[in-house]
Amino acid sequence: MTPFRLYKSIRSFSTTVDKIANLVKKNKVVVFMKGVPDSPKCGFSNAVVQILRMHDVKYDAHDVLEDESLRQGIKDFSNWPTIPQVFINGEFVGGCDILLEMHKNGELVAELKKVGITSALSENEGSQEKKSKD
Amino acid sequence: MYVCCYKEKNWSTLKSSYQEVVDESDGCGIKFSVIVVSSAFEGKPLIHRHRSIHSLLEEELKTIHAFKQKTLTPAEWEGKKEMIKSSTS
Repeated sequence: MTPFRLYKSIRSFSTTVDKIANLVKKNKVVVFMKGVPDSPKCGFSNAVVQILRMHDVKYDAHDVLEDESLRQGIKDFSNWPTIPQVFINGEFVGGCDILLEMHKNGELVAELKKVGITSALSENEGSQEKKSKD
Repeated sequence: MYVCCYKEKNWSTLKSSYQEVVDESDGCGIKFSVIVVSSAFEGKPLIHRHRSIHSLLEEELKTIHAFKQKTLTPAEWEGKKEMIKSSTS
């Protein structure tokens, strides 16, 4: 790689990181997924959408299939090899498996509450959402 | 179906007492689920447990398209294994 190309690739890498750092802070809940919430293009992305829908959470969604630099960039940014990725309050919380587990054990309701979002499943506060199904 | 390269992975670095790797793509190798039970997971949040699996399978994850994982401590495994086994088989 010539020095110039190396410089260019470093520069584009840092631009992507800056861009993502801004994106994850734009809303309390931000999701990077394949497809869009109304039409997810991957089972795992779909699962995340369904979980957030159950909690009636409003969130920003970014389709990584529309932007190859975002698709790789988000993996580098969070040091996480898979998509979807969920951020709450600018912090990476996990992918599909983790969100599902947090949904089951009540942690998701608690995390959302910390950032001022009342989950639709939080009517029995503190009861770890016994009503939700496994 | 089990794939040998995953079996030969150095699971002992995770102090794993049980691990199961299932190729859910009928052998074409792009869809996997793993279950790892380890005392090293005690007191660690899920995100850290998953990161340790990612490190172990770093090379493989570059080519795997779909990847699911369950990471449990021995105590959690005792409580859940019947449920997990029936849901994955």
